[in-house]
Amino acid sequence: MRRFSISSLLSEALNAHQGWSRQWRNPEPKPAYDAIIIGGGGHGLGAAYYLAKEHGLTNIAVLEKGWIGGGNSGRNTTIIRSNYLYDESAALYEHAVKLWEGLSQDLNYNVMFSQRGVLMLAHTQHDVQSFKRHVYANRLNGIDNEWLTREEAKAFCPPLNISPDIRYPVMGAALQRRGGTARHDAVVWGYARAADALGVDILQNCEVTAITRGPDGAVTGVETTRGPIRAKKIGVSAAGHTSMVMAMAGVRMPLESFPLQALVSEPVKPCFPCVLMSNAVHAYISQSDKGELVIGAGTDQYVSYSQQGGLHITTHTLDAICELFPQFTRMKMLRNWGGIVDVTPDRSPIIGKTPVPGLYVNCGWGTGGFKATPGSAHVFAHTIARDAPHPINAPFTLDRFRTGRLIDEAAAAAVAH
Amino acid sequence: MLLVPCPYCGPRPEVEFRCGGEAHIARPADPDALDDAAWAEYLFIRKSPKGVHAERWLHAHGCGRWFNALRNTVSDAFIASYEMGQPRPDSAGGR
Repeated sequence: MRRFSISSLLSEALNAHQGWSRQWRNPEPKPAYDAIIIGGGGHGLGAAYYLAKEHGLTNIAVLEKGWIGGGNSGRNTTIIRSNYLYDESAALYEHAVKLWEGLSQDLNYNVMFSQRGVLMLAHTQHDVQSFKRHVYANRLNGIDNEWLTREEAKAFCPPLNISPDIRYPVMGAALQRRGGTARHDAVVWGYARAADALGVDILQNCEVTAITRGPDGAVTGVETTRGPIRAKKIGVSAAGHTSMVMAMAGVRMPLESFPLQALVSEPVKPCFPCVLMSNAVHAYISQSDKGELVIGAGTDQYVSYSQQGGLHITTHTLDAICELFPQFTRMKMLRNWGGIVDVTPDRSPIIGKTPVPGLYVNCGWGTGGFKATPGSAHVFAHTIARDAPHPINAPFTLDRFRTGRLIDEAAAAAVAH
Repeated sequence: MLLVPCPYCGPRPEVEFRCGGEAHIARPADPDALDDAAWAEYLFIRKSPKGVHAERWLHAHGCGRWFNALRNTVSDAFIASYEMGQPRPDSAGGR
């Protein structure tokens, strides 16, 4: 791998940029690997990278049924924050934010992590009390979060309409200054390039069709559209398709897959300084470095794999955006799309071992997996390499739905997140 | 937006309905007799199939009645709707 640096950039500038090579190989599958990861999104590629870098497992492969980053990694709204209520979640997402802060240097790839601040609006007295509780809980966990009055929120995000005459007036906001956004494709490509350089095989257009198991029940490998591959350890990082992949090994999951939509506007000059979320009226908005407004909508109410959702879901979000930001009422929306998100009953992810020896799963990120990418990948790699969870993901077991030790962020936030 | 076939009112827009999730999950007759794994199976484990799904719908802003429907989760096309308590119809001809 050729390192990106000011000197490599300068020498290529003098060479009309003719000397850049492919950033990762396109190898043929080997008959066997020490471990394979199913799913070539940010979480899966990241797990492969940390397996190779921190655990010395370099004879591994990432199997992707389409192209890397073509699923939810390429469909999300790129919001990053760690202001979760419960200790377990706070530790997990803060682990991710700390890794985000050094990720571009670590990967030698600019993931365009921008800590522009995440502002969460309160519109009711209950919101105010709940958000202040979040602020205090976060501070006890060493996570920055602060309460802003309505006027302070307006000062931080000038386009915000704080008029008392709108349907749900803004009563204040919680601000995590270390939150922000990153470039989703760059995260995927950065992990792919760095993992490839450490010897990881990235196998695209390689769909897993079966998981094979030995007489002792342990996994022995997979059948794929590019032939059988043997492996004693398999990590499933398949987002919305986790239920199907796990069914190949006979494991039934507490998951349901729903469409989640997002949309972008035409690109305009910089006009929106931060990430803004309003759970109460359901608005998620930021501006990409290209200038598009990036807007997140909600999930549909039914199980679906169609990668498209109902128009009334996006309309609902745009109604809220237009009321909070009247200046955007004449913006044209450029594209909208859907991704399939796997949602757990308590809205917390599952990262850990499964009842099948050698089979590990990282799933259930629901509507908020992008923010956790480096942290999730890091602890998942640890779990696969050591056959035991990292202390951070130890509470996020599949078994918690049997024991009842849920991490009920669904109740804590009262919305999908 | 889906056009949901209510067996009582006919096809109506999705915004009139609430989806109640997977159908045909019977509450165990004797919960005390179950171990934790069986109880978790009842509460939390879902099929979430890529294909034909039997699910419950409530016509909340219409007749107010619950019913079941078969829908293909890839095309989102409804295949059948039927009354609560009826067995799941054969979906061999489903799209």
